[in-house]
Amino acid sequence: MGLRLPAADENVLARRADIIADLSSIVPGEGVIFREREMKPYESDGVTAYKQMPFVVVLPETTAQVSRILAYCHANGIRVVPRGAGTSLSGGALPLADAVLLGMGKFNKVLDIDYANRCAVVQPGVTNLGITRAVEHEGFYYAPDPSSQIACTIGGNIGENSGGVHTLKYGLTTNNVLGLEMVLITGEVIRLGGKHLDSGGLDLLALMVGSEGLLGVVTEVTVRLLKKPDVARAVLVGFPTSEDAGDCVAKIIAAGIIPAGIEMMDRDAIAAAEAFVKVGYPLDVEALLIVELDGPEAECAHLLGEVSAIAAACNSSTLRVSRTEEERLGFWAGRKAAFPAVGRLSPDYLCMDGTIPRKQLPLVLTRMREMSQQYGLRVANVFHAGDGNLHPLILYDANKPGELDAAEAFGSDILRLCVEVGGVLTGEHGVGVEKRDLMPVMFNEVDLAHQQRLKCAFDDQGLLNPGKVFPTLHRCAELGRMHVSGGQVPFPDLPRF
Amino acid sequence: MPEHFSISDEASLAAAVTEAVEQGLRLDVRGTGTRAGLGRAAQADRTLDVSGLSGISLYEPDELVLSARAGTPLAQIEALLADASQMLAFEPMDTGPLFGLPAGGGTIGGMFACNLAGPRRLSHGAVRDHALGIRAVSGRGEVFKSGGRVMKNVTGYDLPRMLAGSLGTLAVMSEITLKVLPLPPTEETLLVFGLDPAASARAMSAAMGSACEVSGAASLPPDIAAARPEVPGDRAIVALRLEGFEPSVKARRAMLISVLAPFGAVEVLEPPASRDFWRMVRDALPFAGSGLDAVWRLSTRPTAGPALARTLTDTLGAKTYCDWAGGLVWALMPGEAAQGEAVRAALAPHGGHATLIRATAAQRAGDVFQPLESSLAALTRRVKASFDPRGVLNPGRMYAEV
Ligand SMILES: Cc1cc2nc3c(=O)[nH]c(=O)nc-3n(C[C@H](O)[C@H](O)[C@H](O)COP(=O)(O)OP(=O)(O)OC[C@H]3O[C@@H](n4cnc5c(N)ncnc54)[C@H](O)[C@@H]3O)c2cc1C
Repeated sequence: MGLRLPAADENVLARRADIIADLSSIVPGEGVIFREREMKPYESDGVTAYKQMPFVVVLPETTAQVSRILAYCHANGIRVVPRGAGTSLSGGALPLADAVLLGMGKFNKVLDIDYANRCAVVQPGVTNLGITRAVEHEGFYYAPDPSSQIACTIGGNIGENSGGVHTLKYGLTTNNVLGLEMVLITGEVIRLGGKHLDSGGLDLLALMVGSEGLLGVVTEVTVRLLKKPDVARAVLVGFPTSEDAGDCVAKIIAAGIIPAGIEMMDRDAIAAAEAFVKVGYPLDVEALLIVELDGPEAECAHLLGEVSAIAAACNSSTLRVSRTEEERLGFWAGRKAAFPAVGRLSPDYLCMDGTIPRKQLPLVLTRMREMSQQYGLRVANVFHAGDGNLHPLILYDANKPGELDAAEAFGSDILRLCVEVGGVLTGEHGVGVEKRDLMPVMFNEVDLAHQQRLKCAFDDQGLLNPGKVFPTLHRCAELGRMHVSGGQVPFPDLPRF
Repeated sequence: MPEHFSISDEASLAAAVTEAVEQGLRLDVRGTGTRAGLGRAAQADRTLDVSGLSGISLYEPDELVLSARAGTPLAQIEALLADASQMLAFEPMDTGPLFGLPAGGGTIGGMFACNLAGPRRLSHGAVRDHALGIRAVSGRGEVFKSGGRVMKNVTGYDLPRMLAGSLGTLAVMSEITLKVLPLPPTEETLLVFGLDPAASARAMSAAMGSACEVSGAASLPPDIAAARPEVPGDRAIVALRLEGFEPSVKARRAMLISVLAPFGAVEVLEPPASRDFWRMVRDALPFAGSGLDAVWRLSTRPTAGPALARTLTDTLGAKTYCDWAGGLVWALMPGEAAQGEAVRAALAPHGGHATLIRATAAQRAGDVFQPLESSLAALTRRVKASFDPRGVLNPGRMYAEV
């Protein structure tokens, strides 16, 4: 695998023993891990094809410790990679040979549950599902629900702006986070937002969500809580072609209906999921939709009628409405287990994450089938159809020479295609290292420079999670240069890069 | 008077900013100027009028997406959406009446720059929650893009959301892409009368904490209620809006009436009375026509809002009402003096931020936005400098130096 990471700083490598000692004075006891055997669990994240032994792992427990660690690293020019649960599917939490891996797992407390203001304050290492678990006895929940929600942390969700199958109606992480506390690489602690809405100044909270650990380390999060809807019902609809299924999704939305979720699976994904969880998915269809409606019983009943009629008009061949909560969860079990289910078909798979304008789905599926033949690799598709977010799963065998390279090339072609039809490289998994080198497919130099200068505003030495997101590492001084003749310097108190 | 300079395409926008950089000119960036009274009063050498950069470039109703050039009149966009039974779900405030201007003015660029969402902010989010993509010219005179036209996207930093509400201090938008949503087929509003601030807060909290999907929650004290034609009666009211499909709204009305039972009898406002009511709340109409007497907009913890509003009335003589289930307090001061220190001191125990929305230029020479703690202030200045190192775009509009 030809992944390029920033060259390790020899000077830092040479001081390893001293650095470990210094870090141990900040985080005493077992909070500093440096033996290779113990660091092994941290050597990759959800993208297991990429592995790198960390320089040292530090597991702080307080904001004050995070602040001191970062200030120390800043003063000594040491790189830092923040990590939540390490389930990233883009290599966002992949260690570097010369970087402190800052594991946020010990930040696992729910600090404050405020039902009257419908929010909770939690530490970033609390799992996504852990938030809902803490409030569900009162009928509340945290809306974004990535399939990895048992394991992934809210800090990681902020890093990647994670979504789930209910994003269509309830939004992404960014729409459900009200505030956070974070530490800059200098050790400065900053608060953005809180229990109130909107920002009093620039909306830096919006910038932090999806920033992949490059701008600061999140140490506390305030999330929005919602009351659970009275009922939720799901419909399972099979179609003879993916065009028909896509048409059905468009017509539902054109009818003014925003279901809680609309998911699509193609024939291969359906077969894999059914073999894995046996919930009675139809096997003789090309595309399967799961449409979930929630709200008061009367609303669900009304919309189920509408959706069924639209589906029939779009040539649906099978249609089942969940009658019990158990059946509804069964419909979802297959979809939520789609990744591991596909994983059983093949020794390895790559999970892609492009988003496309929904109407382009038939074209994209057709082109993907052609590529599949060309590369000689199978692909199964699960699709957040409501919001156009496609997850092609490319099956390969890492033990067969050349297959990983072929799978990666196939994946890149799919993402290029997504951009070509008006979409983007990643909908919810992040750029990380995996899609980093494809950034120029979507952005030109000027676009990227505007993003990288923001990075400089937060982290002028480029110490936080370097090598992720951006295909080239520019020095901040070089990025900040302006080619003009006249004019004076506007902010004399600012440090010049 | 700063000289006036108009552009009508993106290339001339970039050229205009480049020229300002080269000549060291400070630009006052504006659309039709309906929101010119917002923000700190800052000195400019030249007005850059982008209202000529107009037109809807993409609208695909069943993909829920719309793109328009920044100078496109907001009214044109809202009319087009309404024709297709869709809407901007964040219910942007029409600032015209508050500033003594006609209603229905303004451009989408101005709306985006100010991020003033209406009552539905509570359930559907702000402008930034619907921002999908932008094309813009930064203070370097360079055209750049970020985001896209699709609903889900984490490719690079989320600049579209961050630029919403940046008041033209970082970049001049040339094109904005937004998520749009279906217009609810019907709406109605439930009213409860005569509650004191504490009970109002509890009633709104109970409603929001139910499964009724309330999409507007306001509380008005008796003096405001008595003065407004949209409000029946002259007692304090709590108003809760339900929107959606007919059968759903009916079912939720029944649910909400039982949630509100402990707070008294409920009266129902049918549309169009309901629509008028929420427009009044959205546009701060109770404070329209009061010249340049200072108006504040305070965002705080929802449960704290009604009591905070009462405090502003009792101690400073302000007229007040609450939106966002108490989380937004509108306050009209008894004169042109903004009394910023006293307002912010009243807010401080509850957390949040206070923005001086309307005031004389002299009052707006000081802090208009919530003063920032020093690390955040320094970071904000570095962010400003990263986009606009020479300080040519609306310098000083947000904070001194930003
Ligand atoms: C089986 C499976 C299913 C998945 N399903 C979904 C899905 O449905 N939807 C979806 O969106 N994603 C999904 N994912 C991807 C992944 O779970 C999410 O991206 C998740 O948010 C990552 O959380 P984490 O705690 O594991 O973060 P990590 O992987 O540890 O880190 C993710 C990024 O966030 C940064 N980060 C972590 N914590 C902090 C912090 N405290 N401060 C600053 N930066 C931080 C890291 O540096 C890294 O860049 C799935 C993954 C797997 C393995």
